[in-house]
Amino acid sequence: MPNIVVLVKRVPDTNARIVVSGDRVDLSAVKWVISPYDEFAIETALQHKEAAGGTVTALTLGPSDADKVLKDAKAIGVDEIVRLWDDSWSELDSNAIQSALAQAVTGLGAEVVYCGKTAADTGAGSTGPGVAERLGWASVSNITNASFDGGITVTSPVEGGSARVSVSGNAVISCDKGNMKVRKPNVKGIMMAKRAQVNVVSADAPVSTVSIVSQTPPPAKPAGKKFEGASSAEEVARLLRDEANVI
Amino acid sequence: MSESVIIAEVNKGTVAAVTAELVSAALALGTTPTVVVPCTDASVADGAGFEGVSKTIAVKGDCFTNYDAASWAAAIDAAAPTGIVIAAATPQSKDVAARVAARRGISIVQDVVAIDGMNLTSPIYSGKAMQTVALSGDAAISVRANVFPAAASTAADVSVVDQSGDVATAVQEIIARASARLDVSEANIIISGGRGMGSPDNFSHLEKIADTLGAAVGASRAAVDTWDEIPHSMQVGQTGKTVNPNLYIAVGISGAIQHLAGMRSSKYIVAVNKDADAPIFSHADYGIVATWEEALPVLESAFSSMMA
Ligand SMILES: Cc1cc2nc3c(=O)[nH]c(=O)nc-3n(C[C@H](O)[C@H](O)[C@H](O)COP(=O)(O)OP(=O)(O)OC[C@H]3O[C@@H](n4cnc5c(N)ncnc54)[C@H](O)[C@@H]3O)c2cc1C
Ligand SMILES: Nc1ncnc2c1ncn2[C@@H]1O[C@H](COP(=O)(O)O)[C@@H](O)[C@H]1O
Repeated sequence: MPNIVVLVKRVPDTNARIVVSGDRVDLSAVKWVISPYDEFAIETALQHKEAAGGTVTALTLGPSDADKVLKDAKAIGVDEIVRLWDDSWSELDSNAIQSALAQAVTGLGAEVVYCGKTAADTGAGSTGPGVAERLGWASVSNITNASFDGGITVTSPVEGGSARVSVSGNAVISCDKGNMKVRKPNVKGIMMAKRAQVNVVSADAPVSTVSIVSQTPPPAKPAGKKFEGASSAEEVARLLRDEANVI
Repeated sequence: MSESVIIAEVNKGTVAAVTAELVSAALALGTTPTVVVPCTDASVADGAGFEGVSKTIAVKGDCFTNYDAASWAAAIDAAAPTGIVIAAATPQSKDVAARVAARRGISIVQDVVAIDGMNLTSPIYSGKAMQTVALSGDAAISVRANVFPAAASTAADVSVVDQSGDVATAVQEIIARASARLDVSEANIIISGGRGMGSPDNFSHLEKIADTLGAAVGASRAAVDTWDEIPHSMQVGQTGKTVNPNLYIAVGISGAIQHLAGMRSSKYIVAVNKDADAPIFSHADYGIVATWEEALPVLESAFSSMMA
């Protein structure tokens, strides 16, 4: 029966206004949530367990304020919650994050890992394939569907369409939205999550070689031109050709 | 001068235009690039000669028949094992680059939109802020399309390396997209429809303009969620695709923050909306306040006569 790990990350709510103060984003006033794609990863992990048995452990790398998203995952239905942290860590680069996560996954004895397609803060999509490579595992990214009839079969995008791909052996699978409906926490789950213990573990992280220089607001766009009425569409078409040179 | 390895973007059996932009990114980093072309037929690499490139390597292997991240990364890494790794910020190349970086125990910076020495800038929080990082060692980076100028093509001096990797996944079946239409992630021009289109049938008006311009058709999440006929693969935004075309035309789309997350970096944005206060107008270079029923026929005939 599979030992399943799902990676969850704490990120600002996607509706949050992102303010920059000095040369860093100021997140002191934002509401924090599970990164949206990680909800699909949790759902896929739970479906895997329902089909094949085993356990689902939610794993996050972060300081103690990340406990909240673990409890949220617990309320949705994962079995165990684990937080990976070392107080000497700050502003880890992708190499450090992936190394530490790979060690924790090994420590948990996992056979399959689900994660989000991209985290809502980084937008990177590096962690799934990066952790897989460090573990020497297969990876499939951006899946839109999964079925568990014996093994794992997923649907992922390829040039010109999508492919149904089967995975035998250990793998990290990153989840897109697809046509999945995610389950929401119920009252019993929320009560259980309140009492749940977060298991804190640590790992070695290599020194970061990518350091943040600055965070800035996006470049302001010059004000656009607004036209009233459908007939202006002709003028806009002309501007696209003559002013913007995009046609 | 340090070295870099460019992973060529191969699309429908040819080297995609963005590869020439990666060469400019490599030069901006002060590196001498080698272009690596993953392929099953080495002749593909003939299209990968660019001014400023020191070598072009066709990495020819059975593993490149289908996409499998593990084997692709292993084969590409073996063919060109040192230097800064540079790939296009397409879903597949970002994925491969992440694995190549992890193989080498180096970091990866995705979606780079500016390079200044060893400082790289990319969007964070879905484009609601930008982040600049400094590299103090080798790294892998992916570069967004339409940011750097294309390097000039030259004849390629190709060396062929036979190199495959252990394939870790098995493709059961390829499901071709229902329409032969361009995917939004591949297009230079995108015309998207939202809930304001009223019904999925009305997307035919967008398709007509798309055919005229050689554009892809996209959609908002409200359109995808409301109508079964509009597949998720068309969705642009936070939980859809991130696109960076030269021109994005939003029709009947209000401009919610999650939609903007996927398209705000488009070079030019046109909005057609009947509500003059729709938030999309604050982000549009050219806004047309009108119903699509009235505006699209005018737009379509203007484009038709331009393209004729
Ligand atoms: C976690 C999360 C993730 C999300 N991810 C995405 C995402 O990836 N992509 C996305 O798009 N959304 C996403 N959303 C949803 C987003 O918040 C909006 O609900 C959605 O973008 C609205 O789509 P819309 O603009 O088509 O519809 P509406 O907001 O309903 O806007 C319709 C617009 O059409 C105009 N209109 C109506 N009739 C006409 C007419 N005849 N002619 C011209 N204009 C007309 C109206 O004035 C209106 O502005 C997400 C939301 C959440 C919470
Ligand atoms: N600090 C973290 N803790 C747990 N999971 C993470 C962390 N960072 C990234 N992930 C997982 O990896 C996915 C992709 O993240 P990213 O590579 O940053 O886009 C996320 O959706 C999470 O599932």
